Amino acid sequence: MRLAILGAGDVGRSVADLAGEYGHEVVALADSTNAVIDDDGIDVEGALQRKRSGEPVGVDDPDDVFEGEYDVLVEATPTTLGDAEPGFSHVERALEADRHVVLANKGPVAERYEEVRALEADSEGSVRFEATVGGAIPALSTVEDCMPENVTAVRGVLNGTANFILTRMAAEGLDYEHVLAEAQDLGVAEADPTFDVDGTDAALKFVILANVLSDGGFALEDAEVEGIQNIPGSALNLAAEDGRTIRLIGEATREGVRVGPRLVPENGPLAVTGTRNIIQIETRNAGSLHSSGRGAGGPETATAVLSDVNRLADH
Amino acid sequence: MGDEPTPPGDLGTEADGGVRTYTVRLELVDEPGELLAALAPIAENGGNLMSIHHERGNITPRGHIPVEVDLGCPPDRFDDIVAALRETGVNVIQAGAERYGEEISVVLVGHLIETDLSDTLLAIENETSAAVLDLSLSAPQGTGDISSARVRLAIDSGRSEAVFETIRSVSEEKDLTVVEPLLGGDA
Repeated sequence: MRLAILGAGDVGRSVADLAGEYGHEVVALADSTNAVIDDDGIDVEGALQRKRSGEPVGVDDPDDVFEGEYDVLVEATPTTLGDAEPGFSHVERALEADRHVVLANKGPVAERYEEVRALEADSEGSVRFEATVGGAIPALSTVEDCMPENVTAVRGVLNGTANFILTRMAAEGLDYEHVLAEAQDLGVAEADPTFDVDGTDAALKFVILANVLSDGGFALEDAEVEGIQNIPGSALNLAAEDGRTIRLIGEATREGVRVGPRLVPENGPLAVTGTRNIIQIETRNAGSLHSSGRGAGGPETATAVLSDVNRLADH
Repeated sequence: MGDEPTPPGDLGTEADGGVRTYTVRLELVDEPGELLAALAPIAENGGNLMSIHHERGNITPRGHIPVEVDLGCPPDRFDDIVAALRETGVNVIQAGAERYGEEISVVLVGHLIETDLSDTLLAIENETSAAVLDLSLSAPQGTGDISSARVRLAIDSGRSEAVFETIRSVSEEKDLTVVEPLLGGDA
């Protein structure tokens, strides 16, 4: 497949870098201001080198990407809340041109799911978005394989930063502020970690899951969200007395989405440590399925994008 | 755990032949052989021991050790088992004559002392069918600062959601954070 990649952050760059290995060709790579476009395939190495050294990724206009000869638009621009722009318009333009779209950007499917599906229904192209939930973990494809109507709930830990902080607090008996500073030093937490620690990032992922289970109907404002900022070290110590620990757990069902700190068994499957993520898919006929792995990172998330591209190619 | 129906085939609340699961709470003197002596009447009267929860470190007001035993038996044998336990001299503090209850812990965080912790616990007990079994409080910064409490509650089966709703509303009034257990699935 010929890929046009919008967004040249960790994920977009990794998709470009790994595409060849997965049997695909990159015909465009764009960041918000510049693009490199070539219908015969771009020089990925050169473009990534330019990006690394702070030069423009290419001399083309990002808007011209949509005029090129691509099969799949990979949307890897940053997630925005509310109207999910400009990601949503990118999806719209590609589908109106009967091309496929693979999203790494959570915005369009978390905030405007029904509109995306309506555009897809009128298009020859399809939309896939495995990378938006749990990075490398095959969460959505597992739900798809079980068929959403047979899935009763999806629960799990889908934010590595919050999980890292809670794990360190429990292990070292430290308080939130202390561990957050450490996480920032290690590069696990962003300088502004608000989205991670207040539960918003996890909520977006569980909203997407709820949309898949219910075929739409959910946006971020429908989710009940609580963060971990108010959890002191002493709460984790008390939980440990009882063989439990505290994790930022998300739950998506057809009834709603809830994200908040919850008590889970210390040795249970959901008590993953560090930046690891886990997803538990509760099915009607097959019990609970668990899948754990790296929920973030450029190459990890890129593998989810490329799995989607392969599924489109097989269709 | 969880308030879901027990899957068939599991040794759950009801199984073939009408065997049900019961919980009894006993108080034992902390001496060798006491536990064994307390369990014998259960087996002798047709009860099937399922789990024993020995609350290490916990002492009842009388200075004894609380022990919780889950057992399975047909309903008509349960009264005989409790009677046999009492005959043996074991103090039965609670016999689950009703369907299997659940024990659930929650952690509360906030100005617990200043907002009257005992009033909070009373509100939980009075407004729901829950009973507070034990409490563990941690106030590393002193009682005037943020503290945490773990509250273990006994709840009638299937009533946990109602209990949580009460805890949430009591906590909201006092600006407390509630860390609820994750029920459902095999969390």
